[in-house]
Amino acid sequence: MSVRAGSTADAELTIFQKGQRGRRAFQPPALDVPLRPLEELIPARLRRSVPARLPEVTEPELVRHYVRLSRRNFDLDSGFYPLGSCTMKHNPRLHERVAALPGHARLHPLTDPARAQGALELMWGLERALAELAGLPHVSLQPSAGSHGELAGVLLTRAYHADRGERRTKVLTPDTAHGTNPATVTMSGYEVVKVATDERGGVDVDDLRAKADGDVACLMLTNPNTLGLFDANIEEIARIVHGVGGVLYYDGANLNAVMGISRPGDMGFDIVHFNLHKSFTQPHGGGGPGSGPIAVSEAIEPYLPRPVLVRHGGADGNGSAVEFDLDYDRPKSIGRLRGFQGNYGCFVRSYAYICSLGAAGLRDVSETAVLNANYLLARLRSLGVCELLPPAYERLCMHEFVLSGAPMKQELGIRTLDLAKRLLDHGYHPPTVYFPLLVEEALLIEPTETETKETLDEFAAAIAEILVEAREDPELARTAPHTTPVRRLDEAGAARRPVLRQAL
Amino acid sequence: MTRYTSVTDSDREAMLAQIGVASVEELFAEIPPSLRLGRPLELPVGLGEAEVYEHMRALAARNSSAEETICFLGAGMYDNYVPAVVDMLLGRSEFLTPYTPYQPEISQGGLQVMFEYQTAICELTGMDVSNASVYEGPSALAAAGYLAKLTNARSRFVVSRGVHPHARETLGTLSAGYGTSVEEVGLRDGVTDPDAWAAALDEDVSAVFLSQPNFLGAVEDLEPLVAAARAQGALVVLSADPIALGILEAPGRLGVDVCVGEGQTLGNRLDFGGPSFGFFAAREEHLRRMPGRIAGETRDLDGRRGFVLTLQTREQHIRREKATSNICTAQALNALAGVVYLSWLGREGFVELAELLARRTAYAREQLAAIDGVSVLHAQPVVREFAVSLGLSDLASVRRVLTRCAGERVEAGYPLGSDYPEHPDGLLVAISERRSRGDIDRLADVLRRALAAEHAAAATGGASA
Repeated sequence: MSVRAGSTADAELTIFQKGQRGRRAFQPPALDVPLRPLEELIPARLRRSVPARLPEVTEPELVRHYVRLSRRNFDLDSGFYPLGSCTMKHNPRLHERVAALPGHARLHPLTDPARAQGALELMWGLERALAELAGLPHVSLQPSAGSHGELAGVLLTRAYHADRGERRTKVLTPDTAHGTNPATVTMSGYEVVKVATDERGGVDVDDLRAKADGDVACLMLTNPNTLGLFDANIEEIARIVHGVGGVLYYDGANLNAVMGISRPGDMGFDIVHFNLHKSFTQPHGGGGPGSGPIAVSEAIEPYLPRPVLVRHGGADGNGSAVEFDLDYDRPKSIGRLRGFQGNYGCFVRSYAYICSLGAAGLRDVSETAVLNANYLLARLRSLGVCELLPPAYERLCMHEFVLSGAPMKQELGIRTLDLAKRLLDHGYHPPTVYFPLLVEEALLIEPTETETKETLDEFAAAIAEILVEAREDPELARTAPHTTPVRRLDEAGAARRPVLRQAL
Repeated sequence: MTRYTSVTDSDREAMLAQIGVASVEELFAEIPPSLRLGRPLELPVGLGEAEVYEHMRALAARNSSAEETICFLGAGMYDNYVPAVVDMLLGRSEFLTPYTPYQPEISQGGLQVMFEYQTAICELTGMDVSNASVYEGPSALAAAGYLAKLTNARSRFVVSRGVHPHARETLGTLSAGYGTSVEEVGLRDGVTDPDAWAAALDEDVSAVFLSQPNFLGAVEDLEPLVAAARAQGALVVLSADPIALGILEAPGRLGVDVCVGEGQTLGNRLDFGGPSFGFFAAREEHLRRMPGRIAGETRDLDGRRGFVLTLQTREQHIRREKATSNICTAQALNALAGVVYLSWLGREGFVELAELLARRTAYAREQLAAIDGVSVLHAQPVVREFAVSLGLSDLASVRRVLTRCAGERVEAGYPLGSDYPEHPDGLLVAISERRSRGDIDRLADVLRRALAAEHAAAATGGASA
């Protein structure tokens, strides 16, 4: 593991505290045009009056600073990262290589489509693959991340109803939903109505029936849900929502469980978003970039964000050349969600991934993800871990599962947070903690399909060991981590007295 | 089994035994048979790494990139040089592969990068506070609209027609949700029309939106425009080109409330439009309504300096329907490229680059305006982009001219006619430090000949040549 405490005095300094006046890493190209006085070009009153105090460092200083900083990060390439709901699967390096090909990386987004046919064909191929995986016919690649896809979806819902002369006011979300769901609803001008969860961890269908009325624009749902459980009532749920004229929105954060096995479109969903940075292995970059394409039904298609990628020719067998174009003439479109065509660099990586795996491989991904999750749960159970950390629901799980740390807290006096921090000392990234909200002391574990059985065994053993150790000496966990570059940080203090930039 | 999945047949047997089921199929028992796909996905079979590489290379070869043309396209994204240190650092596993830093003890590298990035953006813009990045430029401007909506209960946005067309459209898409209307104010002589601007402002205006330089490359005289908006109590949102801020006044000194912009030009590749990053900086009074992640400095139990994500009570995972934004994943890696690039440029280089661009752009503008029939579209000051009228009758003829130029491996610029029908023969030309005087002379030569060919074809009625 790369993240260990070491000599850190230097690492605590920011790049702004290093270097000296006059040092530089940049040498500008020679001035090859007339040296015109700036006054002639831009009047003094419009020009900058105070300099931007950017760092003044040499290239060696710059490299060393950021390489040292990098060593203060834990990363997926150096260890297991079972962060629930985030699908931290291996990022194949092939993807970095092909995304860096100049034909992709140095292609200007406003290049005439006639001279960007390779890019548009790639996007078309990705769109078709996502449509097939979703079981819905039309795709827009434009949204920049999952939450951006959600925003697109709810705005599409609004446009769909408005086009029918309807003004609906409410959007239903389960109480287990990702926080992005209710936040999106508010941003889109709707009221959030929470739907309860039943004793098996699915949508409480009676509660849904009671709340589904003519004011409901949409239900946003994740299936499998954030508890890692497949909601077997989904057909009934769809009937209820469609019965009152509502739209069904699928949060695709958990798609990694069902690729090639079950499709949101077949479940009755009208709009789906994908997280290319989850199921389709775009590296997460420490908080992005991501990409959040959406797939929609025929009924929603007229409202898709502009421009829409279209294909001409080729299909009718008359030998005409296939040509791709961007269609802006979309009178019912909700409009753009961002500039240009979306995060193309992410499309390149995810398309390469789909090409690598193919139909059978994608199904194997989901089968293995579910097998790994169930195996890890069974392994934890066999080690006695689940006596202190019982599963929130005693069922087979899908690609992830939730444990509750409530008994552990009661019996050992350590909280889920303490367990998570102690896992750092064992070289693991901890699972997601304190989500979903309705499980006390929740621990959401998603191993993904790229991990081996040996890794899962070692991780299970580490959790068992921490529990044994905590019975002897709970302080070790309560004060963990002990081997990281810094110990627990004062987060409350940071929020109370925000210091958000280097004082210069 | 694929090359990215882990389970062998014997692994599977042992794992199923531990779970206590007979088959993988049983793990999916909860999915009703009616919802099973029941057939293979209609997708091609999987390929080996070398085959995938060749396929991706063949697709790339069908794109006309800035690697093989002389590219004068800009209009929001620019062919600036990306230094090798950026590629090297972004390729490091420790930056490339972690998730959002939810565990600060093992994420000090990424969190400190965010803190440094915020510092750099504050220095560039002269604003008090910056977040750790949003998706990209146009959605950053729209996000500022939502901040204004949360700040005051006013009903209208007023946006200059000089704001990037994609940003104006994105603002309209998002504000349709929460119900703020958007009104556009036109340009006069290439810049925001001050009279129309003043006439559009009243106390119903929630926020105004300007761009510096504007989409036509013109440097706006912001002070009177900002003052007019502030007099009505409207928030002032400015979209700024960060490279141009090497020479233009810092927005923070002009009374701007929120300064946003597209960060691609700071060390990020073109990537056909993304991923890049949007920056979002504001006056301190708006801090608690800002969207997105913010890193803050703090201390650990031993008193060591450290960094955490802070002010999270603004955010969706804590505040849910009361959050100031729904954004979760943003553009951390691209923002890293941004701060590495700015550190590479450095305090002096940041100014030198902008001055070089201004001088080369002035030269290019003169060379193009000297072509028969071509004139400047406006005479305002410019930094790295300018607009000309080609002296043609419509957009279609502009496109033919551009296709002719492309045939000589020159991407001459972005035709303005579809976004600005009032300028059917307008062409927006961007200069980066990669475009030498020789490249500019070549552009002038190729464009001159392409225009001559177009005029000749038109004269003989063969305009479709």
